[in-house]
Amino acid sequence: MNEELRNIWTQFFNWVMGNGPRPENEVIPPEPPPALPFSQKPTDKFSRFHEATLKERYTQWLELHGLHLFSVIYSGLSVLTCIVIVSLLLATVAELPPFGHERNPANNEVIRRYVQHGGRETGAQNIVAGLILDYRAFDTFGESAVLFTAAVSVLMILGASRRNSLKDSQNPHTDPEGRNFSQRGPPVIRHHLLRKDDAILQGVASLSIPVILMMGCVVVINGHLSPGGGFSGGAILSTALILAANAFGFERVHNFFNERTFIVSSSTALMIYALSKGYSFFTGANHLHSIIPKGTIGDILSAGLILPLNICVGLIVAGTLYGFYALFSEGDM
Amino acid sequence: MLEKLLLNHYEAAAVILSGIGLTNLLLQRNLIKKIIGLNIMDTAVYLFLAAKGYVEGRAAPILLEAQGGGWITNPDVYVNPVPAGLVLTGIVVSVSVTAFALALTLKLYEHYGTLNIDEALMKMTEQQEELETKISDAEEDVLA
Repeated sequence: MNEELRNIWTQFFNWVMGNGPRPENEVIPPEPPPALPFSQKPTDKFSRFHEATLKERYTQWLELHGLHLFSVIYSGLSVLTCIVIVSLLLATVAELPPFGHERNPANNEVIRRYVQHGGRETGAQNIVAGLILDYRAFDTFGESAVLFTAAVSVLMILGASRRNSLKDSQNPHTDPEGRNFSQRGPPVIRHHLLRKDDAILQGVASLSIPVILMMGCVVVINGHLSPGGGFSGGAILSTALILAANAFGFERVHNFFNERTFIVSSSTALMIYALSKGYSFFTGANHLHSIIPKGTIGDILSAGLILPLNICVGLIVAGTLYGFYALFSEGDM
Repeated sequence: MLEKLLLNHYEAAAVILSGIGLTNLLLQRNLIKKIIGLNIMDTAVYLFLAAKGYVEGRAAPILLEAQGGGWITNPDVYVNPVPAGLVLTGIVVSVSVTAFALALTLKLYEHYGTLNIDEALMKMTEQQEELETKISDAEEDVLA
């Protein structure tokens, strides 16, 4: 036991100082292939070597088509436009009422109404939560729908490209001389240098992921009592998922959160939101009496529908932000 | 004028930030940098809205407990809660637009092998010309 500890310590010490032998279980990344000499650079394909000469080709093309003057004029005009716009706006800002003054026109009777009656009418201690999830709940529903639509579009675009490149690699179209005939370049390899055996990252992640998840749940559930709510809490929850994916690999996260889980949870949350808010529209608006109890201000179970709506929004945001990360880094969810 | 600008320094900073973002958007030829410029403009709008909602010496719009029980609902105690909601909407839309634009940029890079919009345009024109010459050659063959 003591021998082992000393062994580990010497290994660690050498690793920190960088002069000893590497630990046996450390993975040495393979050497990159030697670069081709200049004359052998492939130029008829999309490749990293080709990108270096693309700039030169572009300048030649500019000269050939007489577009050099155009680009100079374009740069000058855009700088001029920006300067004109900024100076106009600065002149306007100089005429604005003073910063932070209580008699500014922005602090009008709308604000007085929200602050005076917001607590009683929505039951929420956090006036902003009452504002965005009760008075303007349909606006927030639109926001969640926008996020969900963006996530689905990104899933469509990147997922389709991945499926196409897989199909291309299975049966490539080649012309008689054996060149790859497809217009598309090679698929961009996104998961580079993702190591799945980093002990330090895994240890820190397994310690901090429960804390982050708890923090996210607290922010979501206390959305009507304290700063935060569905959007910020959902963002915190998604960071826990992203950390898990980085430390333990996307496959592990894929086991409990994949494309299907995301679609099901987000659309269920959106549907619950739409149904509950539509219901409250028929019972609470137009001077009709709402049958949903408001509870006492300051309790967890208060503020009518704000708590379930916050949870719905949190689910959508957490799934969407993790989905963006997974799609951009891995091309799949 | 400078005195008044110093009085409204948050708004002035927001306007200058927005100008930086607009210049970035117009002058950069790299699509990723263009998207960064768009995000800088978004941030300027949030700064402007948050500055408009601030009232000096007041608390955040979360009801404070009164001393004898109950809640303080005096509107002269809290800052303006409306800009917070507007900024939230703005952040969500900006995240969605950024993600969508980045996805399209990734597809463009996969197709043309470059992020520079001018070089992508050049490649597009070249491919178009190549296609046209191919078509005219085929037509000549058919006519012959």
